Amino acid sequence: MRKIYILLVVITLASINLKAQEDLLDILNSEQTEEVNTTMAIFKGARLISGHTIVTRKMGELEFVISHRFGRINSGIDEFFGLDGANVRFSLEYGITDNLTAGIGRNSFEKVYDGFLKYSLLKQSTGEKNMPVSLTAFSSMAIRTLKDPDFTEDDFNSKVSYTHQVLIARKFNDKFSFQLAPTYVHRNKVLENQENDILALGIGGRMKLNTRVSLNAEYYYRLTEELDASYKDSLGVGIEIETGGHVFHLNFTNSRSMVERGFITETDGNFFKGDIHFGFNISRVF
Amino acid sequence: MKTLKLTLTIVLLLNAVALQAQDRYLTRTGHIKFFSAAPLEDIEANNNKVLSIVDLSNGQVAVDLLIKAFEFEKKLMQEHFNENYLESDRYPKSTFKGTFSVPEGLKSMTDGVYELDVKGQLNIHGVTKDIETKSSLTVKGGKLSGELKFFVAVKDYKIKIPNVVVKNIAEQVEVTANFEYEPYK
Repeated sequence: MRKIYILLVVITLASINLKAQEDLLDILNSEQTEEVNTTMAIFKGARLISGHTIVTRKMGELEFVISHRFGRINSGIDEFFGLDGANVRFSLEYGITDNLTAGIGRNSFEKVYDGFLKYSLLKQSTGEKNMPVSLTAFSSMAIRTLKDPDFTEDDFNSKVSYTHQVLIARKFNDKFSFQLAPTYVHRNKVLENQENDILALGIGGRMKLNTRVSLNAEYYYRLTEELDASYKDSLGVGIEIETGGHVFHLNFTNSRSMVERGFITETDGNFFKGDIHFGFNISRVF
Repeated sequence: MKTLKLTLTIVLLLNAVALQAQDRYLTRTGHIKFFSAAPLEDIEANNNKVLSIVDLSNGQVAVDLLIKAFEFEKKLMQEHFNENYLESDRYPKSTFKGTFSVPEGLKSMTDGVYELDVKGQLNIHGVTKDIETKSSLTVKGGKLSGELKFFVAVKDYKIKIPNVVVKNIAEQVEVTANFEYEPYK
């Protein structure tokens, strides 16, 4: 008999307790459903130094990019350490959808026009959907309009080159993002001791110094060997400053060109001997 | 034996009351809007996945939301909001827990609009502050809905605004909330 009493009392207390003890915030916490948590701001800009990042523009956004590369720092006081000789690239880049960006640009060096398409295939995320990396496919076509004195016949075809890249990036923590960029460059016409097709592997990263400033670096290692030994791998380091809608880059690189063919396959400066071009990228998103 | 029967009846009744009493109302699709009016631009963001619960038996209310669920017209702005201002990777949530005294009519879910003074703790960006605000709960045809409006001083919650955008972001941000509650359990 007594046992039954105790049992009844326990049941009653338990059911009252159940209601009283629960904190409303705990209830809400358990009601919160897991969602796909897409990693934000893997990179702030569509460029790391000269090369593209996985970043695409959102639908309807238009980005205007002005990039400069001055002459070589080691050219001395006569050339004002390179600042006398500047080359510039303008480009307009537009988000057709959230994943597809198209751009056109013109680089004053070798008077190159270029156009590209970029498509975001994977997005790094956690939560309901776990994706370790972001992946963007990139293809560009560039047309040189300056006559090349090395070629006796320099028709339209010989001025065209193509670049295809698979950009794979991961944000490891809130400070550090890393990108791999397997790259294929096809040049329609080259000199005898050069290769038409060049494979390269781009490696780059971004290290945040504070909420708005980061240190960026990029290196393109050419996997295809050429007899012509005058070209070097492209190497660049830079500081990136981001203020709502603007991204500024202050770059130091051994590459003169800002078009993929130019900086990936035809960089002629030796970074460690001081053949460094100071330059900047300014980007504004409308 | 008689005493047992009596006790049993009382116990069952008590339990039945505890289970039946419908005091708690929940929503998973609450709407919170914030609006920043600054000299250079007005910024608005909406979150339609806000969780909220009220308990009419003891006058408690709680709100829980994910910062990332705020949607802006400009996606870049949304990224800046999460990355630079609210740091949503570190502080993914904002919560509110408050109390109010329950008017008689509200307890019995009689149709009407009930003005309430809500006191509680608001947590944004990892900072908890006490706030007091007016709010109203409406009962209509057995349905409960809530409305709430207050101002948040960005500075109070250690959200840093750099000088370059000081004319783009208001110091006081207006927060409006709408909840359509459903009975909970």
